[in-house]
Amino acid sequence: MGVPRQITLPSPTFDLTHHTLHNGLRVVVAPDRSAPVIGVAVLYDVGIRSEPEGRTGFAHLFEHLMFQGSANLDKLEHFRYVQSSGGTFNGSTHFDYTDYFEALPSNALERGLFLEADRMTSPRITEENLANQLEVVKNEIRVNVMNRPYGGFPWIVLPGVLFDTFANSHNGYGGFDDLERATVDDARDFFTRYYAPANAVLAVAGDLDVDQTIGLVEKHFGAIKKRRAPKRPSFGEAPLSAERRATHDDPHAPIPAVALGYRVPDPVGSLDEHLAHVLLAEALSEGDASRLQQRLVQRDQLVTDVAAYIGEFGDPFDERDPTALTITAHYPDAASLEAILRAIDEELARIAEDGLVAGELDRVRTRLVSMLLRSLDAVLSRTLNFAKFELIYGRAELIAELPARLAAVTEQSVRAAAAQLRPDRRAVLELIAGGTR
Amino acid sequence: MSGVPELTAPRKPRRLGVTERVTEHGLRVIVVRKPGVPLVEMRLRLPFASARATHPAHSALLSDAMLTGAGGFDRAGLAAAVQALGGDVSVGVDADRLLVAGNVLAANLRPLLNLLAAVLSDATYPDDEVCTERERLVEKLAIARSRAGVIAGEALAHRMWGQHPYARGLPQVDAVLASTPAQVRKLHLALVRPRRAVLVLVGDVSPSRVLDQVEAALAGWTGVAPVGRVPVLPESEPGRLLVLDRPGSVQSSMRMGAAALSRTDARYPALQLANLIFGGYFSSRWTENIREDKGYTYGPHSRIDHNVLGSTLMFDVEVATEVTAAALLETLYELGRIASLPVTKAEVDSARQYAIGSLALSTATQAGLASTLCALAAFGLGLDWVTGHPGRLAGVGVDEVSAAAAEFFAPARLTSVVVGDAQTITAPLSALVSVTTEP
Repeated sequence: MGVPRQITLPSPTFDLTHHTLHNGLRVVVAPDRSAPVIGVAVLYDVGIRSEPEGRTGFAHLFEHLMFQGSANLDKLEHFRYVQSSGGTFNGSTHFDYTDYFEALPSNALERGLFLEADRMTSPRITEENLANQLEVVKNEIRVNVMNRPYGGFPWIVLPGVLFDTFANSHNGYGGFDDLERATVDDARDFFTRYYAPANAVLAVAGDLDVDQTIGLVEKHFGAIKKRRAPKRPSFGEAPLSAERRATHDDPHAPIPAVALGYRVPDPVGSLDEHLAHVLLAEALSEGDASRLQQRLVQRDQLVTDVAAYIGEFGDPFDERDPTALTITAHYPDAASLEAILRAIDEELARIAEDGLVAGELDRVRTRLVSMLLRSLDAVLSRTLNFAKFELIYGRAELIAELPARLAAVTEQSVRAAAAQLRPDRRAVLELIAGGTR
Repeated sequence: MSGVPELTAPRKPRRLGVTERVTEHGLRVIVVRKPGVPLVEMRLRLPFASARATHPAHSALLSDAMLTGAGGFDRAGLAAAVQALGGDVSVGVDADRLLVAGNVLAANLRPLLNLLAAVLSDATYPDDEVCTERERLVEKLAIARSRAGVIAGEALAHRMWGQHPYARGLPQVDAVLASTPAQVRKLHLALVRPRRAVLVLVGDVSPSRVLDQVEAALAGWTGVAPVGRVPVLPESEPGRLLVLDRPGSVQSSMRMGAAALSRTDARYPALQLANLIFGGYFSSRWTENIREDKGYTYGPHSRIDHNVLGSTLMFDVEVATEVTAAALLETLYELGRIASLPVTKAEVDSARQYAIGSLALSTATQAGLASTLCALAAFGLGLDWVTGHPGRLAGVGVDEVSAAAAEFFAPARLTSVVVGDAQTITAPLSALVSVTTEP
C-alpha cells in the first residue's frame, strides 16, 4: 500500500443563476455561448413512488398525456412546433420525478419556454387522448418488456422483492388492468395535485442571456396560478435483515440471469456514504480490471456478463431514499447460481477485509469523473442534470463539486460500504429462462 | 398560431477548424479542437470488408478479444491502465469496418495513444482469452437472436442481399465455434494496418501537438492491408411478404427495405426530407397515423442507412399482434400516398428545419462530431459536408421531395418481413398481400 494522497480531478465550472417565481417555480439558468443551441427541462417532483394503489404505471401514462395538447395547442402541435424549429423533445418517468425537455436552436428559446408553460398551465386531458395513449403505452410495455428477452429486468420486478411498501415495490410500468382503469378524472386530479409550479424545477441552459431568459420565464410561467406543492412523504425503508429470494419467468430469454438488490444509504442525506457505494459499484464491475469481471467472467467463467450499479435505472443521482445497489449477471448454466452468489460474496468480503489494491480507488474515481464530465458535454444532458440536482439535492451546484467530493472518499469508507453488502441484506431475483437456445 | 412565439434570428455556429495529416505509414489523422469538457474523443476506423465465409466469425472474435493483451499488459492490466487515465476504449465491427472508439481526459491523450499503439501493433490474443471470448460470443449471439427485431433484421438482410457479405451481419454459431486463436491473430496481422485507416480525434486539444503525438505514438504501426474484394450489392427483388413464426409474440416486428441514395448524390437532400416526412421523425405521417391516431405501436421509424457499398432505406415498427394487418394496411396507405401524391410545402419546411437543427445538435458534442466525421471519412466526406449541408437542404424544392418520394417510397419496390405469432397474423396479412412463410 502506498502513502495515501489526494488526487486532483478536473472539475466542470458553470455559471448558474437561480430565480424563484412568485408561484413557487424554481428556475436555474446556465449560459454557455459556445454553440447556438439551448436545452429546456421541466422536472416535476412526482414519479412512480407517488402513484396511488390500484393505479400502477399511472405516472408514466400521465407523462404521455402531457404531450397531447395544452391550453393553446391542439393535439400533435407540441411535437410539430419543437421539430419544425429544428429541435428534439422527450419526457421520461423516474421513481422520484418526471421530466419533460427539449433541445433547440437558440433562436427557439422563447418558443420552448412557451410550450412548457402552456402544458404546465393546462394539458388537454380528454377521453379520446387517454384511450389513444393507453394503447401507445401498452405497446411501449409490449416492445420493452413483454415481447423482449430480459425486458424490464430487473427494474420492474426486483423492487417487489427488495422493498415492502407499495410506493417502493410496485411495477412502475404498470399492469394492464390498472392502466385500463385509469380515468380522465384520475388524470385531472393527478395534475392538480402534483403538477403545481411550486412542485417543479425549470432549467434552461446554453446560448442565452441570463436576464433576458429570466424575463421570458416570468412572461410565460409567471401567470400560472400558485397552488400548494404536496408534502412529500418519506419513503425510506430500513436495510433487510434476512435474505429474500424470488424467481421471475421470462418466456423469451435463452439463458438465465440473476439480480441482487441491496438497500443502501440515503443518497441525499448521507451523500459521502452514498459516493462510497457509487465508487464500490464501479470497482466491482466497470471494465475488465474490475473485481467481478475478473472473477466471474475471466477467472471462473461462470457468467457471460456482470454489472453493478446504483439507482434502478443505473443513475446513482436519480433517486432519493430509498435507493438500491443492484448486481446483475447473465449465465449459461442454470445450476451455477449458488456458485455465482458465493463468488460475489467472496469478492465483497475481500474488499471489506483486505481493502483495495494500490491505485485501484484512484483509477476508478478518475474514470468516474471522466464519465461525469462526458455526460455534461451535450447541452440537453447538462440542462437535465442541473434540473435533477436542483430537484433531488436542492443544489444544481453540486454537480461541479462532485469530483472533489469523490476525491475525498477514503478507501476505508469503500471497505465499509462493501461490508454492508452481506448475504442477509440482499434480495435475489432469479430469472428463469423459458426461451429456446 | 395561438400565441406561439416566432423564432428569433438564428445565430451562426462558431467555425471549427479541421487539421489533417497523413502519416508516413498512410494513416489519415483528422483532429478538431473543440473545447467544452476537458476530454478527447477518439475514433479509429479500419476497412474490414471481406467476402470470405469465415470472416464474420473471425472478425467478431477479433473485435471481442482485441483488448485482452498487449504491450506487456494482460487483460486486466490493460483495462486498469486505460481506466487510470480516465479513459475508455471499445472495439466494434460490422461488414464494412472495424471501429476502435474511446475517450480520455484531454491531459492524458498521449499515454492513451501509446496504449492504442500497443494494441494495434502488438495485440497478443492469448489462447485462453480468445477461448473465453468465443464462449461468451456464442451466448451473446443466443441472446441477440432471441429478440424479434434481430430475427427480422437478419431475415430482411438475407432477402435483400442473398449471399452477399451484407446479409451476414451476425456470425453463425458453428463458424464461431470453429474459429481458433491463430486465425484471429492472422486476421489482425492482415487487416489491422494503418494505410487507408482513419483516426479522428475531437476535443479540448491543440491539433498540431496532437498530430505530432499521434505520429510519435504510432510510428511503429506499419503495413498495408489488402483491399477486401467484396462484390457489388445485388439488386433486391421485393417478392412476397415473408412471415416468420415466433410463437406467443404479443407484437409483430415488421421490417422493410430498399436501395436508397448515398450522401454524395445530388438528390440525396430531397430523399432525406422525403424520409423525414414519411417516418423519419415524430412529426411524420407514419407516426401521426399509426401511433398518435390509431395507437397500434409505440413508434414506427424509417431511416437511411449508409454503408460503403450502398445506402438503404429501412423501415421498422413493432405493432400489437391483433392489429398487425391493420397496421400493414395503414403503412401501405401512407407509402402509396407519399409515392403517388405531392407532399406539401409545410411538410417540407418542417422537415428541413428539423434536418438542419438535428444535424447541429448531433455535431455539437465532442462525441457526436467525432462519430460523424469518422462515418463521413469512409465516403471521402468531411467537416465541409456538415457545414455545407444546411445550404443544400435549403435549396431543395417541394417538387424535388415529391419526386424522390415517388421513386423511393413506392410500396412495390420494398422487401418486407414480419416476425410474429404466425398462427394469428398470417391469415389477416394474406388478405392484403401475398405472403410466404418459412419453417
